[in-house]
Amino acid sequence: MNAWEVVIGIETHVQLATRAKIFSASPIAFGAEANLQANAIDIALPGVLPVLNRTAVEFAIRFGLAAGSEIATRSVFARKNYFYPDLPKGYQISQYEWPVVVGGELTIQAGQESKVIRLTRAHLEEDAGKSLHETAGHSLRGKSGIDLNRAGTPLLEIVSEPDMRSSAEAVAYARALHALVRWIGICDGNMQEGSFRCDANVSVRPAGQTAFGTRREIKNLNSFRFLQQAIDYEVQWRIATLEDGGHIEQATVLFDPDNGETRAMRSKEDAHDYRYFPDPDLLPLFIERDWVEQVHAALPELPAANRQRLLAEYGLSAHDAAVLTSSLEIATYYEATVNAAGKANAKLCANWVMGDLAARLNREGREIDAAPLSASQLGNLLARIADGTISTPVARQVFDALCAGDGTSADEIIASRGLRQISDSDALAKIVDQVLSANMAMVDEFRAGKEKALNALVGQVMKASKGRANPQQVNELLRNKLG
Amino acid sequence: MIPYKPLPSNTSVIFAMSLTLEQVRRVAQLARIEISDDEANSTLAQLNSIFALIEEMQSVDTQGIEPMAHAQEMMQRLRDDLPDARDSGERRAAFQAIAPETAEGLYLVPKVIE
Amino acid sequence: MISSSLQQLAEALGSKAISSVELTQLYLDRIARHDARLNAYITIDAEASLSQARLADQRLARGEGGPLTGIPIAQKDIFCAKGWRTTCASRILDNFVSPYDATVIQRFADAGAVLLGKTNMDEFAMGSSNETSYYGPVRNPWDLDCVPGGSSGGSAAAVAARLTPAATGTDTGGSIRQPAALCNLTGIKPTYGVVSRWGMIAFASSLDQAGALAPSAADCARLLNVMAGFDERDSTSIDRPAEDYCREIDSRPNGLPLAGLKIGLPKQFLGEGNDPQVMQLIEAAIADYEQLGAEFVDVSLPNMGLSVAAYYVIAPAEASSNLARFDGVRYGYRAPDYRDLNDMYRRSRAQGFGAEVKRRILIGTYVLSHGYYDAYYLQAQRIRRLIANDFSEAFRHCDLLLGPTIPSPAFKLGDKAADPVQMYLSDIYTIAVNLAGLPGVSTPCGFVGKLPAGLQLIGNYFSEARLLNAAHRYQQVKPWHLQLPPGFAE
Repeated sequence: MNAWEVVIGIETHVQLATRAKIFSASPIAFGAEANLQANAIDIALPGVLPVLNRTAVEFAIRFGLAAGSEIATRSVFARKNYFYPDLPKGYQISQYEWPVVVGGELTIQAGQESKVIRLTRAHLEEDAGKSLHETAGHSLRGKSGIDLNRAGTPLLEIVSEPDMRSSAEAVAYARALHALVRWIGICDGNMQEGSFRCDANVSVRPAGQTAFGTRREIKNLNSFRFLQQAIDYEVQWRIATLEDGGHIEQATVLFDPDNGETRAMRSKEDAHDYRYFPDPDLLPLFIERDWVEQVHAALPELPAANRQRLLAEYGLSAHDAAVLTSSLEIATYYEATVNAAGKANAKLCANWVMGDLAARLNREGREIDAAPLSASQLGNLLARIADGTISTPVARQVFDALCAGDGTSADEIIASRGLRQISDSDALAKIVDQVLSANMAMVDEFRAGKEKALNALVGQVMKASKGRANPQQVNELLRNKLG
Repeated sequence: MIPYKPLPSNTSVIFAMSLTLEQVRRVAQLARIEISDDEANSTLAQLNSIFALIEEMQSVDTQGIEPMAHAQEMMQRLRDDLPDARDSGERRAAFQAIAPETAEGLYLVPKVIE
Repeated sequence: MISSSLQQLAEALGSKAISSVELTQLYLDRIARHDARLNAYITIDAEASLSQARLADQRLARGEGGPLTGIPIAQKDIFCAKGWRTTCASRILDNFVSPYDATVIQRFADAGAVLLGKTNMDEFAMGSSNETSYYGPVRNPWDLDCVPGGSSGGSAAAVAARLTPAATGTDTGGSIRQPAALCNLTGIKPTYGVVSRWGMIAFASSLDQAGALAPSAADCARLLNVMAGFDERDSTSIDRPAEDYCREIDSRPNGLPLAGLKIGLPKQFLGEGNDPQVMQLIEAAIADYEQLGAEFVDVSLPNMGLSVAAYYVIAPAEASSNLARFDGVRYGYRAPDYRDLNDMYRRSRAQGFGAEVKRRILIGTYVLSHGYYDAYYLQAQRIRRLIANDFSEAFRHCDLLLGPTIPSPAFKLGDKAADPVQMYLSDIYTIAVNLAGLPGVSTPCGFVGKLPAGLQLIGNYFSEARLLNAAHRYQQVKPWHLQLPPGFAE
């Protein structure tokens, strides 16, 4: 048996979250009724012309900066010519020889190690419309129905080098890219709605061979799970075929999620001849250094740098840092919480954001940008735990109260409900004495050697004090009194 | 997608720019124009005479000359990202009134097979 | 009335000597009487035109008229006009009623002009004789057996026979200037980017430019004032301050009208290929220009001979892509029978397009296809730059260039139809101007027998006012343009 090496490159079509299309002013909201978001330009009436959307370009610049790529000072739009009913002009406006972004890289976690996946390029282009074979409740009498709402939506096509060597690496790359485009705000990342679509170019070669094997392209994978399954199936099929002495034809391939298999599309013999040429209706796009610098200045700290800083400044674990930088919203919330609570409490903040807050958000089906309490409210609350004003159990009560909107700040609730932790030794001693005299059985058990009885007594003291007793002091007092 | 590597300019490649019938048919398919054999034959002669005209360009040395795509050295203008959703229902009705075949707001074509 | 200039018509309307409704009706009547012989119009909608005329009369009554308010203008059927059939002289758009207005149409409407009708043309502007129209050829009013030129042949014939005071045209390789020359008219193709292409059905996007045909240069200047201007809907539209293209024409210079003007004579324009009688007319015109104060210098445009070859790569290539949208899916002609999607495309386009259009699509598809792009398309674009450089060099030594618009006068219908290359070569003096994106004007310069001849003036970028003035001053001393073809006076 030969050892085989798998070689994977990924092309990702990222739908840019602009408000209007790339070459026309139609809106791009998902799910609109058929052809209501298709104007004269999108329908390709005779005589219409394209004009370029500035924000689409800005988003491309953001991406180039985030990926450490080169932003082309001059790039050119080209026509990719082919006939398809969802392509109204009979050509797609794309970029060919001179894309707006060149090079770049993404670092992924491949098992325990980091691996750098290089990018070839990224370019702007327009999306095509959709063909439907039936509509809800109505058959189209054996025809296809064309909806051009999506035609003209701005896309950034990001092409990686064939640097991945397993489906796991491919998925890690796709996830990292997905997180990045969401982080920099250029894409909503909604894969069910088609905002982020991957094509995987897969080939297989005997281990040690430098020449690439024949490549097949698996198109339009819109979930990480499908990406993994499709590549796994394809690789397994490829190896089996080669080992049987079979021959692999280059092909474009679709994945069928129902049976987990890939199959070649109907051959498009002229698929290779797109007759690219610069679009004469558009002029070369010039991007000046000033603009790039402006975009750069407005970019948030990127995830990798953010993660590094959390490790270095706050001493968080790698795992915690990764979770807290899994989206820009979470990272921003966390940072604001630390600002309110004080840097010394960074770990406490991490625990609560990943713990109590996350649990509540999950329960209520909310994202962090709809959190029921603000980061500064949470931070202030945590500061009160840290400075001993309240105990952790009481803090949970205050947390719930803030989430319910029962007060605007932890301090307000603590004051109005008299929740200050009792740390006064005399006051505590009184309560302890009361509890001890009411719970002689537990006292005896503790003296008989049962450690747990102490916890029960602490619990009783907490109950008697309505949670306000300082648990550490109670513990100490009890031990002193009980000997 | 394989990045296209252009030939070095002024490569003296012998592209005999006279077409065969087979090439005419292939180009007609690329252009989605049905062409009968008779038409292909008569077109062939005319196309070849046009290509002979074009052939005159081939002997010219254009080493170092940049292709000129537009009359002026201009930069693409950018427009603001402002969506315009006015009258979309009326507009769809107007556009589809002139369409060959529609249903449920969709343009109908023979089934697209992948 | 039919010999009035646009300025005189405006004055007549302003002084209420005539109303717009009357004027429009006058031209509609002339069309009804004469157009059967010429076939210059594809669509007339009298009700729509008269309705616009009524609105114009109201504007005039309020004293809100401008230079073109109430004046009927014929529009080449390449401009989308809302509610009007817009066919581009093709079967594939025979049933296309445009849901929107081209910028050119809008600008005329805003100026209060009346849309008189849609004129015939070569199909998709591909032709030099107006013999490729789905609606039949157009005939030259000066000799009904002859072509009027193309592709704006319908506009030219209509103006020449005074079936309209003026008309719009488009010019990709000479399609305004050449028919103007063959029909005894002034025609102007402005600098590329001066008139918006929004709504102008595209043939070759980097070469197409809208312009005007009218009897005189002064008329053309008035038309250009309405047509020209920045349009944000066209990325190739040039954003520069508005100009009054009449300003030089309206000026009263002391001394000779063209004193100080340097005119270049490219030797490539004056060679053996020209009809000797046309050359005589050109030489006489040169003498006239000298009398007006102009000085002549010899210049050379060494790469001009390659312009037709380069054009017949670039234009078909762009056209093959621009015409891909005509597929029977969303509008236009769809074949009645087909087996599947591929068949629907192939038959709709085979049946919808005429032979010349199909030929050019095939050429264009071929020169862009894999392996040929560099050798043909890029090479043509490099030659284009050489040609543009030649003009730039020439303009260092002169202000304008002069030569015949076309080597010989109008040929007979059917003469060149069999050999496309022969037809293409008749554009030899006009094509280079489109490749460089420069402005060009053709002005009548006399007759060869009963057929008109035209003289072309080419200017540097944005020199339309000076070009039109140079044509105008010549027209003041040699008013060939005022002559009417026999048989169309009534």
